Amino acid sequence: MSEELKGNGHCQSVIVDDEPTEGVAGSATATLCARAPVGLLAELTHRCPLQCSYCSNPIELERVNRELSTEMWVSVMKQAGAMGILQVHLSGGEPTARKDLEDIVSAASESGLYSNLITAAVTLNRARLEDLAKRDLDHVQISFQDVDAENAERIGAYPGATAKKLDVARWVTELGLPLTVNAPIHRHNIHNVGRYIDLAVKLGAQRLEVAHVQYYGWAYLNRAALIPTYEQTIQSIELVERERERLKGVLTIDMVVPDYYAKRPKPCMGGWGKGFMNITPAGKVLPCHAAETIKTLQFDNVQDRPLLDIWLNSQAFNAFRGTEWMKEPCRSCAFKEIDFGGCRCQAMAITADAANTDPACALSPYHGEMVALARAEAAKPPTPFIYRNPRNAVEAAKTGQRPLVPAE
Amino acid sequence: MNEAASPERLVVDRETRPHLPTYLKLRFDAGRDRWVLLAPERVLTPDQTAVAVLKLCDGKRTVQEIVEALAKDYSAPADVIRADVIDLLQGLADKGYIKG
Repeated sequence: MSEELKGNGHCQSVIVDDEPTEGVAGSATATLCARAPVGLLAELTHRCPLQCSYCSNPIELERVNRELSTEMWVSVMKQAGAMGILQVHLSGGEPTARKDLEDIVSAASESGLYSNLITAAVTLNRARLEDLAKRDLDHVQISFQDVDAENAERIGAYPGATAKKLDVARWVTELGLPLTVNAPIHRHNIHNVGRYIDLAVKLGAQRLEVAHVQYYGWAYLNRAALIPTYEQTIQSIELVERERERLKGVLTIDMVVPDYYAKRPKPCMGGWGKGFMNITPAGKVLPCHAAETIKTLQFDNVQDRPLLDIWLNSQAFNAFRGTEWMKEPCRSCAFKEIDFGGCRCQAMAITADAANTDPACALSPYHGEMVALARAEAAKPPTPFIYRNPRNAVEAAKTGQRPLVPAE
Repeated sequence: MNEAASPERLVVDRETRPHLPTYLKLRFDAGRDRWVLLAPERVLTPDQTAVAVLKLCDGKRTVQEIVEALAKDYSAPADVIRADVIDLLQGLADKGYIKG
């Protein structure tokens, strides 16, 4: 936990991150989440002009004709505000691909939600941004695939992306909105973490997210193309820690660290069904963005049941709430209320059992193999990107990756 | 005024006239029966003292004036309050949540 989240005597702080694996974390989490969740990730669409191979969306992308109606999203915002949710992340895909984003933003602000627009920004014009600001949009986050334009455009497969993103970033600060620069970090740009920090300062960003790729969805499929070495990872973390101190009061740097090289698992989502919920473009309500990879879970849809009812009673939310579901070594572990056994989806992907300890934990019998796998992949030349697009979605659904067998 | 971009760290002292940038929302959360301060991807949970201070951060009052107002309201010595207020505001300024 960073220094900030320990809080001081009079004012504690909780992260309500859009990064799916971060969720809600910090010293005041218990206080805030005792009554209701705090954060909502609204994935408005899976349509996206970019094709980044590290996308956290599921391989099976939702079609346009399955997307929720404007009325349904407006109702979701009202229900979210009424049940006590405080922040909404409007994300995707690319949320501005929805022509009714304006109505959804208005509904969010009228419902008392603090709204975050998570955008690739390549298709956003100034007039539209001004309109969104008038509707009380609170915060804009723009992803930059790299600081070097050519490499960024190779990673996102979108020519001319960087110039457009820089324009939108300037408009955001000119309109007096706070800006977050999102830096998705992997082996093709990890050498540029320092320059990302310079870019964020230059753009007048309030916040920088150094988001080391987490290997779910498309990123899992592309892991051998993306995973950096252990040494590169450690260097980038140390750099961020030094820069945080230097830029205190100028730039907040949040860091999502890669867990394949960790010894302790991340407290994924800040605990399953504790402070965070995620709604897919088609209205399925998930405890986290990757939960659909766990085939034993049953998800409810906002078109069928009230959001609060789903939060309290859905099988998917109750499956891994608290600590009762845990097996050993989690069950008797002193850290079980701190990291909640890590990530269920990672346990599923690597060990084929979602109730196992996250293999990122050194106590997992799969841990040694996972680290060895990561090191081996990072030592080889990167595999070519499998770009995130509908055609590759069809191909990828056929193959997939097999789970590991446990260590002897 | 562009409050989102601030190139230098604010060092809070007696003469600072602190205010919350427009993108920070201090709200009473009726369901939880407490004040919350909403910021980009953060929720802060100010206690009663912090709320009392934040409500006085209007960009017109100096820190010294805020301290005097609080000393009167809470019948406490100004010196003790001042150290606490500066500590609180500096902590918030270092996260970009207070401008001067």
